[in-house]
Amino acid sequence: MAIELKMPALSPTMEEGTLAKWLVKEGDSVSSGDILAEIETDKATMEFEAVDEGTVSQILVAEGTDGVKVGTVIALISGDDEAASPAPDAKAEPVATAVVETPKPVAAAPKIVAEPSVPAGTAMATVTVREALRDAMAEEMRADDRIFVMGEEVAEYQGAYKVTQGLLEEFGPRRVIDTPITEYGFAGIGTGAAMGGLRPIVEFMTFNFAMQAIDHIINSAAKTNYMSGGQMRCPIVFRGPNGAAARVGAQHSQNYAPWYASVPGLIVISPYDAADAKGLLKAAIRCEEPVVFLENELMYGRSFEVPAVDDFVLPIGKARIVREGKDVTIVSYSIGVGFALDAAEKLAGEGIDAEVIDLRTIRPLDKATVLTSLAKTNRLVIAEEGWATCSVGSEISAICMEEGFDDLDAPVLRIANEDVPMPYAANLERATLINADKIVGGVRKLFGR
Amino acid sequence: MAKSPASKPSKAKAASVSTDAIANRERPATPVPYKATKEELLEFYRQMLLIRRFEEKAGQLYGLGLIGGFCHLYIGQEAVAIGLQSALTPGKDSVITGYRDHGHMLAYGIDPNVIMAELTGRAAGISRGKGGSMHMFSTEHKFYGGHGIVGAQVSLGAGLAFAHKYNNDGGVCLAYFGDGAANQGQVYESFNMAELWKLPIIFVIENNQYAMGTSVNRASAEDQLYRRGESFRIPGLQVDGMDVLAVRGAAEVALDWVRSGKGPILLEMKTYRYRGHSMSDPAKYRSREEVQSVREKSDPIDGCKEDLLAMGVVEDELKAIEKEIRAIVNASAEFAEQAPEPELSELYTDVLVETY
Repeated sequence: MAIELKMPALSPTMEEGTLAKWLVKEGDSVSSGDILAEIETDKATMEFEAVDEGTVSQILVAEGTDGVKVGTVIALISGDDEAASPAPDAKAEPVATAVVETPKPVAAAPKIVAEPSVPAGTAMATVTVREALRDAMAEEMRADDRIFVMGEEVAEYQGAYKVTQGLLEEFGPRRVIDTPITEYGFAGIGTGAAMGGLRPIVEFMTFNFAMQAIDHIINSAAKTNYMSGGQMRCPIVFRGPNGAAARVGAQHSQNYAPWYASVPGLIVISPYDAADAKGLLKAAIRCEEPVVFLENELMYGRSFEVPAVDDFVLPIGKARIVREGKDVTIVSYSIGVGFALDAAEKLAGEGIDAEVIDLRTIRPLDKATVLTSLAKTNRLVIAEEGWATCSVGSEISAICMEEGFDDLDAPVLRIANEDVPMPYAANLERATLINADKIVGGVRKLFGR
Repeated sequence: MAKSPASKPSKAKAASVSTDAIANRERPATPVPYKATKEELLEFYRQMLLIRRFEEKAGQLYGLGLIGGFCHLYIGQEAVAIGLQSALTPGKDSVITGYRDHGHMLAYGIDPNVIMAELTGRAAGISRGKGGSMHMFSTEHKFYGGHGIVGAQVSLGAGLAFAHKYNNDGGVCLAYFGDGAANQGQVYESFNMAELWKLPIIFVIENNQYAMGTSVNRASAEDQLYRRGESFRIPGLQVDGMDVLAVRGAAEVALDWVRSGKGPILLEMKTYRYRGHSMSDPAKYRSREEVQSVREKSDPIDGCKEDLLAMGVVEDELKAIEKEIRAIVNASAEFAEQAPEPELSELYTDVLVETY
């Protein structure tokens, strides 16, 4: 019986890939360990090895094919005792088994509102969040020699998540610096370099590892300007992926936005789409404060429209209404914005017109945009990929109660992850994370449905 | 204890500096005591005395309730800051230290008034009253603090050295830390990167024998702290930190090493603090006799005075300096007491630089 070779998942977040090259052809005999093909993910090109012995009886996906879903049968191998002829079931439809299920946002909801600072008619380019972040760093580095990037695997490896791809080649090892795995140490070195007049961008492979370095982010970077009576500044960007990725378990899946957002002296930014990622990272690099810039691994590969202008910079501290509505406000940030937009579309089908606000900057928080929207809709929920306890949602809820009490027709609800360490099992992880349906459920409650 | 390089040059001094030779690895030269001119030595004396009297006054003001919180005095350790910082190039080299920082600021010639006013939490303080004893900075002098978290200044100092190298400005960072901080993990992360990247930094362990109440040998498996950099290929020198000329001599060797691009170097300054860890420490972990014995036998100011007398300086000249210092310190206390507290409107300034 033929052995089905399926498109492998080569990273925790991979859903599809490009079958870049076949290194075998039909009729070739292969043994365990032979390299069969090269598969390109959004992060790297990986070699795909044979596990079984036999003869390649049929290649079902030609080389150069893009977007091959994980689990798709790409070739058949017949065992040694079989003839190398196409197996009878070879015509079966490729099986598209998604190993990782990540709810996708609605690509272009009809009521999406453009960034107000971008004039109508501006030329746009389709760019992934990953590329947008890289472009932001590269553009700023071209303009200012004081800016450098340091972190684990940022240089020769091109970034653990390929965000710093190409930077070493353009800027060289003086400005793109691989560090040992010592977060506490290099966060301190970056902070000291900022005190000494440079403009460091410190990449954490993920913010989970920044726990090792949080002392420097808070005690050294955030408090220095105040403690020195304004004498000593610390313009530094700490950036990297934050929040849950996919199936990486409790120690690698946590949203730190509320932690950093509670600290005076820090700017905390957490963008959703590529345009905000680019415009806000550029602003973060230029600003005089220490900035914690929280990205999301699941967003890196997503494409969005980014204004194709020379110097696209967005203001820090300004939320954005991404979808206008009149019945309820859904406040979110980072990956949650996609779920919120999705939920808004579903709610529209039920006759509820939801406004979606992307906070973008978590500290300082754009209270005015939230309260103005609340005054219009009189109902508000916060959708947050993270724990509800002491969350950004808790903060928004307090602000609505303290400053928008008379505008409230219903309690403010926090739609958040379940209050547990992130489980590994796919079904439990799915049950833990927020999604559009949970947001829809929360909003329905506000309307007594 | 002989201090004069002229009277007892080599023997006593050689014993105050020890190095470990590792085969096939370049070592820094063995330091010799600095040959100070009379004028230089008088200046060292003056500066050490200023720190001593300033700290004594700070202790008094603390007792009167004028200084609050934590206040860590530098009494006994004066020779370290003066010997090292006198060797630096002002405006080029940088300094960073922990919370026992008053002496390092005075060593830079920073106005004692603004330091004392910071201790009393007044608007005229160097951090406008918002930093306090542990958090003082003078970017003008390239003095980067003043840090309250044990060991943090070591990584931050490596960052300052990184900036010197990045800018190719020829500067060296002097990063002070204590024997307690020498056990912090980030110190070794920083050692590793500093040597890996050949950063221009002098790591200075001010080994005053006690990390708060814990003596070095109760806390450190390797209590010869100058060896702590060896596994990172950072050479270490152990120096008599109670002798300003020995300290200055070691500073010269260290600066030569670092400025020639050989990467970091580690100096262990064997010193002693006469007072408790902070003002609230009763120091029951050591005997009164132990403290008294150090004061009598190794006091850095007394030793310096002996050298000066041996060089022909007359008692009256030293008395005049003493008088001048007392006047400066009393004036600083007066200033710090009279200066107004910060306006309440200062509460929300300098949280962020810009407005969003």
